[in-house]
Amino acid sequence: MAGETPSTVSQLLEALERGRCSAEELVRDCLARIEAEDGAVNSFITVDAVGALTAARAADAERAAGRAGPLAGLPIAHKDIFCTDGLRTSCASRMLDNFVPPYSATAVERLAAAGAVTVGKTNMDEFAMGSSNETSYYGPCRNPWDLERVPGGSSGGSAAAVAAGLVPAATGTDTGGSIRQPAALCGITGIKPTYGRVSRLGMIAFASSLDQGGIMARSAEDCALLLGAMAGHDPADSTCAREPVPDYRAALAMDLGGLRIGLPRHWFDATLDSAIGERLHAALGELEARGARLVDVDLPNNHLSIPAYYILAPAEASTNLARYDGVRYGHRCADPADLEDLYTRSREEGFGAEVQRRILIGTYALSAGYYDAYYKKAQQTRRLIRQDYLDAFESVDVIAGPTAPGTAFRLGEKVDDPVTMYQEDSYTLGVNLAGLPALSVPVEPLDGLPVGLQLIGRHFEEARLLAVAHRYQQLTDWHLREPPAAGGAA
Amino acid sequence: MTLGADQLERLAALARLRIEPGEAPALEDSLGRILALVEELSAVDTTGVEPLANPLDAVQPLRADEVTEGNRREAFQAIAPAVEDGLYLVPRVVE
Repeated sequence: MAGETPSTVSQLLEALERGRCSAEELVRDCLARIEAEDGAVNSFITVDAVGALTAARAADAERAAGRAGPLAGLPIAHKDIFCTDGLRTSCASRMLDNFVPPYSATAVERLAAAGAVTVGKTNMDEFAMGSSNETSYYGPCRNPWDLERVPGGSSGGSAAAVAAGLVPAATGTDTGGSIRQPAALCGITGIKPTYGRVSRLGMIAFASSLDQGGIMARSAEDCALLLGAMAGHDPADSTCAREPVPDYRAALAMDLGGLRIGLPRHWFDATLDSAIGERLHAALGELEARGARLVDVDLPNNHLSIPAYYILAPAEASTNLARYDGVRYGHRCADPADLEDLYTRSREEGFGAEVQRRILIGTYALSAGYYDAYYKKAQQTRRLIRQDYLDAFESVDVIAGPTAPGTAFRLGEKVDDPVTMYQEDSYTLGVNLAGLPALSVPVEPLDGLPVGLQLIGRHFEEARLLAVAHRYQQLTDWHLREPPAAGGAA
Repeated sequence: MTLGADQLERLAALARLRIEPGEAPALEDSLGRILALVEELSAVDTTGVEPLANPLDAVQPLRADEVTEGNRREAFQAIAPAVEDGLYLVPRVVE
């Protein structure tokens, strides 16, 4: 299989089903690709060849015995934020460089129970704080479409690994855009489900009221196949939703007659890059030509998403990251003079600059005398932002917009200026604050670089989002384009 | 909105972080710019708006008060930097 066009999840599962290849062959092929191509991309932090081959052979045996799960033998990668029992889980931080979890995240366990084989753990921004994958302790991941450019972040390694054809699918997490923005910048499909749709147990916490795990793959159909296995209630996560999980793949065929797509006016105004806007309109035009109605909507408070998010997320992060104290696991400084020195020096050495910055901002927002002015104010604003979306969904079924303001930028271009970097998330943050599901699908590239269309749905309407994206991907083939570095034409 | 050196030092102490003296000015600058960015919220009218902590308005679910997990102390302490007799070791705090 090596050297051929990377296949989609559904193609690979069909090949396994029909006995045209074994899980072991697929996994060996993935490992060979990673070995040959990931040196330049750096999308993996850890590759687990031994564990993957063992799991692949077990999947082959299950299939031979007629007991194969729905994803039996499918090679996937996990963002290195998901705990994997016995396999180092670093969160791309020096703090967890030595952390080998004694349990797996529920999302990891569910995908494994369905038969998926973990080939490794992908690169990311440290503790998922970033939009470029440049804050990783293990060095930046690069965009397969142009190795001088970032893959986006924080799930940059997962996006790059799928785009480069190293694995057919990978998990990601999205606190403010961390699945959708790298999916857009790398030309793949990525879905952030409704808050609480996927268990957060074993997903290393950044901002607990915003964090949500999801899937990054080539197509909406592939996302549907994996999300179904990953989602669902988990009694071990008190914020995990009890809503039943529909059959997302079956729902791809749902009737979309009369679909109303809302276009937020201020997203499509003069502030939008005109070339990006043309491509988004062309994509929406495809759906309109098949009967969808495009409707202007307003999200009058959405511009407050950046300030609200950059209080709430750091505040929650400063609390969550208080657990790293050099005592129970993770990095411990050498020869601490006393307990205070142990805490302080372990944290100073273990955390990178952006993580420390966010901890300090969060500490400020939560400190005595500032709580009402910052944290409470941001939570009140969060309600206003959510209400805008709920109001808009009274008259439309999905909302469409850009995923990111531009295409992949150059390494180093924004990393020294946090405020410029934060603008990268201006179209995605509101969705996390409102807890809504959203996905990004590739549309026509711009100057050889991918562009993403973001589709946002009502709470728990992942099925409709996936169906709309699938319809678009049946009409176009942008999602099957490959980066030149992987052997495809730009 | 700017942070003074005293304020930065206090924040670092609260967060159990230490700022290298040479890094302080750049950090004050970038934190100041982030605070300027979030300052936009102060102009928002939120009179009577309830703070939103959970986007689905979920409340903490309750379960029966039963032990559901086994004792995995050894597995968890195996990854600790320093343990002895089932206890986590830290520098002496009481002389």
